[in-house]
Amino acid sequence: MMAAEHRGGWLIVVSIFAALVLTALPLPETASAWRPEWTALILVYWCLALPERVGIGWSWFVGCLQDVLQGPELGTHGLAFAIAAYLTIRLYQRLRVFPVWQQALAVLVLLLLIRLILFWIDGLLGRPTPNWKHWLPALTGTLVWPLVFMLLRRLRRRFNVR
Amino acid sequence: MARIKPLFSQGPSATPRLVIAILLSIVLMGVDHRHDVLEPVRQTLSAAVHPIRLTAQMPLSLLDAATDQMRSRDELTARLEQLRRQQLLYEARLQRLDALEVENIRLRELLDSSHNLANPVLIAELIEIDLDPQRHLIQINKGSNDDVYAGQPVLDANGVVGQVDEVGRFSARVRLITDPSHGLPVQINRNGLRAIASGTGQRHRLQIKSVTNNADVREGDLLVTSGLGGRFPQGYPVARIDNVTQRPGRAFARVEAAPMAALNRIQEVLLVRNRGQTDTEPEP
Repeated sequence: MMAAEHRGGWLIVVSIFAALVLTALPLPETASAWRPEWTALILVYWCLALPERVGIGWSWFVGCLQDVLQGPELGTHGLAFAIAAYLTIRLYQRLRVFPVWQQALAVLVLLLLIRLILFWIDGLLGRPTPNWKHWLPALTGTLVWPLVFMLLRRLRRRFNVR
Repeated sequence: MARIKPLFSQGPSATPRLVIAILLSIVLMGVDHRHDVLEPVRQTLSAAVHPIRLTAQMPLSLLDAATDQMRSRDELTARLEQLRRQQLLYEARLQRLDALEVENIRLRELLDSSHNLANPVLIAELIEIDLDPQRHLIQINKGSNDDVYAGQPVLDANGVVGQVDEVGRFSARVRLITDPSHGLPVQINRNGLRAIASGTGQRHRLQIKSVTNNADVREGDLLVTSGLGGRFPQGYPVARIDNVTQRPGRAFARVEAAPMAALNRIQEVLLVRNRGQTDTEPEP
């Protein structure tokens, strides 16, 4: 994974760590349901920016870490994130030239897909159906996407990650 | 960026990787859902993500520390005095209880029934982090290093909190009794009527299932653990019934109860060792 011309891998690791911390950060119960899916956003960004470095393998592994952190069966988020990463890598050339708001729409579709996969898995494992709040992280995630995108792009250029 | 990136720089392309990831996930989820084989893997990973938990907890613990610093001396002395009085009160009560316990054991010996009243306990603190909001889980700061085991009963000062769901090295995850997938065998303290208290997904609600319409259930009845199933020791308070609705058309009445434990402001919990008794599967 660490070929000679690759640089700044620490920024990727730090951003993923930060996303996991934000995922676990204690919030009041009402606000907690509105929490954006931070890890998915960060992973989509890196798949978009450096598809030859961060891809399905990374996304799957980070998803599994989130499973350990949050409690569902191992591989639940791994599966969802891997599929989202696959689509991003497939479409990154188009997504990159989109204006930010159009990108945000694509991100909305990806995040909704992730929620849908989690919803299915819940159903398959025979857990009670979650309520409408299950879908909120996708919406809030879309709203913060422009911020995440700008911030990470600036950091990536500043530290010349490639 | 004048560098041209090679198109196929790293082995297999995206589609086979995706297939591998999907297959691996499905196998992992299936195995993890049904068996405990993955327990060591989860423990290792759990230790690996522990720094994330500690970092996430930091803002709140700093805030707590700051509030502690701000507290005045007078306030602390008053609090200490209050606690000392409470302690005295409890000790007095405990003396009476000790006598009762000895008497109870003697009577049970006469009746030839084995009963374990004194369970060793371990105190654990809450790690203040958020888990999946759809499920009622909490993280505590004791793990397999302190001999915590999966299925261990968890209590607070007022009643049953839940049971240990998953054990890491330094921490464990507890499933609260209000989690929609949790069921707890209980009995009514007044008459010994047995039932199952199921979580509803709301912090202040338990639903008591399979109570017939003509059963002797009243509002205000205390529910205690029945000890059936072998997970929980018998006789710990669980909830107080606050709503009984007879439903003439249906087989069972609708009975709701409020948990005794203060589930939304837990700071410390007690872990009870209940091993050595029959270790059966938890209620689904």
